[in-house]
Amino acid sequence: MLEVKHLMKSYDGHKRSLTDVSFTVATGEVAAIIGPSGAGKTTILRSINQLIKDDEGQVLLNELDMRQLNRSQLRQARQNIGMIFQNYNLIEPLTAIENVLHGCLGNKSTLAGIFSLYRQSEKEEALQLLQKVGLGNFAYQQCRHLSGGQKQRVGIARALMQHPKLILCDEPIASLDPKSSTLVMETLRQLAIEEHISVLINLHQVDISRQYADHIIGINGGQVVFDDHAEALTDTAAAQIYRKDLVLNEEAAV
Amino acid sequence: MTPKALTISQFFFKKRLHLTLLVLILGLAYVVSSIGLGFQTTALFHAQDGLIWLLHNFIPNAESMRYWQDIGHQLVRTFLIAVTSTTCAAVISLFLAALGANTLSLNNAVTWFIRGFSSLMRNIPIVAWAMILLFSFKQNDLTGFLALFFMTMGFLTRAFMETIEDFGMDKIEALQATGANYLQVIFQGLLPEIAAALLSWVLYMIENNVRDATLVGLLTGTGIGFIFDLYFKGMRYGAAGLVVLAVIILVVGVEVISNLIGRLIE
Ligand SMILES: Nc1ncnc2c1ncn2[C@@H]1O[C@H](COP(=O)(O)OP(=O)(O)OP(=O)(O)O)[C@@H](O)[C@H]1O
Ligand SMILES: [Mg+2]
Repeated sequence: MLEVKHLMKSYDGHKRSLTDVSFTVATGEVAAIIGPSGAGKTTILRSINQLIKDDEGQVLLNELDMRQLNRSQLRQARQNIGMIFQNYNLIEPLTAIENVLHGCLGNKSTLAGIFSLYRQSEKEEALQLLQKVGLGNFAYQQCRHLSGGQKQRVGIARALMQHPKLILCDEPIASLDPKSSTLVMETLRQLAIEEHISVLINLHQVDISRQYADHIIGINGGQVVFDDHAEALTDTAAAQIYRKDLVLNEEAAV
Repeated sequence: MTPKALTISQFFFKKRLHLTLLVLILGLAYVVSSIGLGFQTTALFHAQDGLIWLLHNFIPNAESMRYWQDIGHQLVRTFLIAVTSTTCAAVISLFLAALGANTLSLNNAVTWFIRGFSSLMRNIPIVAWAMILLFSFKQNDLTGFLALFFMTMGFLTRAFMETIEDFGMDKIEALQATGANYLQVIFQGLLPEIAAALLSWVLYMIENNVRDATLVGLLTGTGIGFIFDLYFKGMRYGAAGLVVLAVIILVVGVEVISNLIGRLIE
């Protein structure tokens, strides 16, 4: 479904943040990317939907190379990829349902998008999605009045509104309490099983990755150092992923 | 341990030094400028004589009440000029700010041009604007309108630009990630987020322009400033005092209303 091949990225032209990253994510699979801070997890995720332009490699989504698209093609391809952020990144003064409806901006004309001219069917769908993530009663609340866990679920509904084939999550539970975290992770897991959406999650917690992911990718110093089933991630393997010297070697090599 | 403790105390010593220097520089600036002007602070203690004369003559009396209708009429005109010039300028400023803000900018040359233009507009004093425009537009409401308009446009463009730049890129990116295009991101993401901040700038500018409109009217011979001038030169001090009182009431009224509106949006 998603194939990342030989991805390379440097922000400043000298130091490489990603050196030759390759992995694949199957349809309906939950994959977790783990690794120490600064390893390049965010960089990988943002390269996939081209929020940042990487330097070399291929990002194939159902055989379509995201890196070769022009502006309007990219806009179209992005509709297939939902994204969820650590800080939710909702438009806070707007209501939950308006934020969810942003998920269909990609297939609207500019004018319809500017003036919020959504179809009745789209509005109904947005409401259903909010009900699905357990926020049916909060549809007309301003997002700034919602709790962190509720905001994150609005974020998930916004991503679902895109009818995505893939959802990218950058540390979706890093700002949440354990109970909200479980709810968010379970929702994501369910989407993969029921709707066959592939989910790629950056995580910091090894145990949560083991619990919810089918597939784990370990990153250290901009390189893939582990890529296997979740069961194969032993404690030793996990310690290996978080090993400091790999990062240090990378910096020493500059 | 010791070297670290040393750097901490050095750090705070440095901070205190900076503060002391700042106070010294300000003190020096006062001394130098008051010597330069031949101004003595003690002169302030003798200011009471002048104030008594002022109070005695400028208190509106029964005689000056005859003028209140004229004053009210001019007051409304002045107020309307302040409001229309601010709102017109605000619309154009928003457009310019969106083009000029670093975070949204499509083109560096455009950004620099707009920055330069707005700082030019803003840094010409309102009095100079009024004098310059007086040549081309004569004594006319339009002159006052334009003077306020240009100055406000410069000021608001800058203020809006900074408001836009303070707005986090990550929310913009979240919308881009859904496939939204440039204008959709601006209207669906940026504007709702910054609307409250923009409105409070506009309200601030309306307050400010009600005051400035009085001054501009004095120069361009229109509105409330003009009749103040008229009464003052005609030695009708009571009526002139009434004009001042009316302006104060208007300015305070505008301030109260804008505070109310500000609280309503929150
Ligand atoms: N915008 C940027 N400009 C310059 N360098 C950057 C930028 N973003 C990331 N980097 C660098 O790229 C490397 C990888 O960063 P990235 O954010 O992908 O790490 P991460 O694995 O997501 O870390 P964390 O777990 O802390 O979020 C880091 O060395 C970082 O300093
Ligand atoms: Mg990160």
